[in-house]
Amino acid sequence: MLEIHRDVCGYCGCCVSVCPEGALELIDAYLEVDDQCTCCGICAKVCPVGALEVRDEEKI
Amino acid sequence: MKKKYDLLVIGGGPAGAIAARTAARAGHSVLLVEKRPAIGAPVRCAEGIGKEALAEFVEPDERWISAELKRAELVGPDGVSMLLEAEMAGSKVGYILDRKIFDRELVWQAAGAGADVMVKTRASAPLMANGAVKGAVLDVCGEKMQVHAEVTIAADGVESKFSRWCGVDTTVPVREIMSSCQYLMTDIDIDEECTTFFLGNETAPEGYLWIFPKGKRTANVGIGISGKKSGAGHRAKDYLDRFVRRRFPDGKTIECIVGGVSVCRPLGCTVADGLIIAGDAARVVDPLTGGGIYNAMFTGDLAARVASKAMDEGRVNAAALMPYDEAWRTSPMGLAIERNYHIKEYLIKLSDEKLNTIIHSAKSLDMKDFSTLTLVKELMKRNPKLVAELAVLRALIG
Repeated sequence: MLEIHRDVCGYCGCCVSVCPEGALELIDAYLEVDDQCTCCGICAKVCPVGALEVRDEEKI
Repeated sequence: MKKKYDLLVIGGGPAGAIAARTAARAGHSVLLVEKRPAIGAPVRCAEGIGKEALAEFVEPDERWISAELKRAELVGPDGVSMLLEAEMAGSKVGYILDRKIFDRELVWQAAGAGADVMVKTRASAPLMANGAVKGAVLDVCGEKMQVHAEVTIAADGVESKFSRWCGVDTTVPVREIMSSCQYLMTDIDIDEECTTFFLGNETAPEGYLWIFPKGKRTANVGIGISGKKSGAGHRAKDYLDRFVRRRFPDGKTIECIVGGVSVCRPLGCTVADGLIIAGDAARVVDPLTGGGIYNAMFTGDLAARVASKAMDEGRVNAAALMPYDEAWRTSPMGLAIERNYHIKEYLIKLSDEKLNTIIHSAKSLDMKDFSTLTLVKELMKRNPKLVAELAVLRALIG
């Protein structure tokens, strides 16, 4: 699953623009991820501050 | 707020504000909605714009001009720099704006022209009928309401979702998103009339790092790197922190800004039935500089003028709105995007050694006008080898 570290996120929308599924949305100062997310990790890669992380659920 | 408008504008940045102003001045009923609680904040911009470009849309005003620029400096990977000066040394070439105030001024002007404005109001879905956009569902402080419009302008920025909901794919390729971070720093030693650009694969891979003056001992110090080059431990913020520690160890950061800037080609089509896409949402940022304020205002204005004419003529389908798409693509702005896209694609592939060679080719350049085209032409004159490698560019630049 995609974890959003809200204490790190700058709510800039960089991730939203690259999401191939359109699964992310920036709602004012709140980043939302919906069930279209495939955990591809593109958003986590481009985030300027490292606020997104794809977590392997089995390891949690 | 009414339930029906001629024009609905989604987004209160420069594209949306100018679109609303133009349409309201033409006598149309206009609603501009902004999802944030305040126009202009948070800033997600390095705030630079050319002097003439700005004047096309708004009279310069010291209330929202942070600094007047007289020169620029390019610093290569080895630290050697090239100074770019106006032909008439000392003349003004551009501004660093205060976007918080600037954006408000533009929306004020739209409101003054008669447009309705709503903040903390998010377009959460298009209203569709027979495949045409007919307005939007608006979320206003937890309440949903419908607003019908003849034409909707999506000016919802880099994180645009509206056009995607209308069926337009707006995804920016990973390698063409500039992952960006900027500090507004004060108490630092800078040239208060000069923008400085740092190039190099160690400094800012496939991007650049900038110092844009914001007034006395204050500047936007920021960086954009390709999304492709970003990752854990080497993100935009990591590069910026490293630079700042070295260059401004005693500077104070009074604002931290992050963002994404698209440097891809614009959307393949920027109109649909009842819909026009403008500004960053249309991916019309200059791919070489990452500058988007002028392009946003230009497309916003054009979108409103074409929508206005289409509404007057009673047809607002994609064919009737197509003159917008054609006009910006063939405008000087559209041609500059295409040209600068090629230049960017060339530059990002250069090794640090080659970048050094180019910057060593002149200690300073006198620029007839302060455009990237003039700069590239001057650099090509001094680097004949570069010209040989750039067959595509030669054709584009002439």
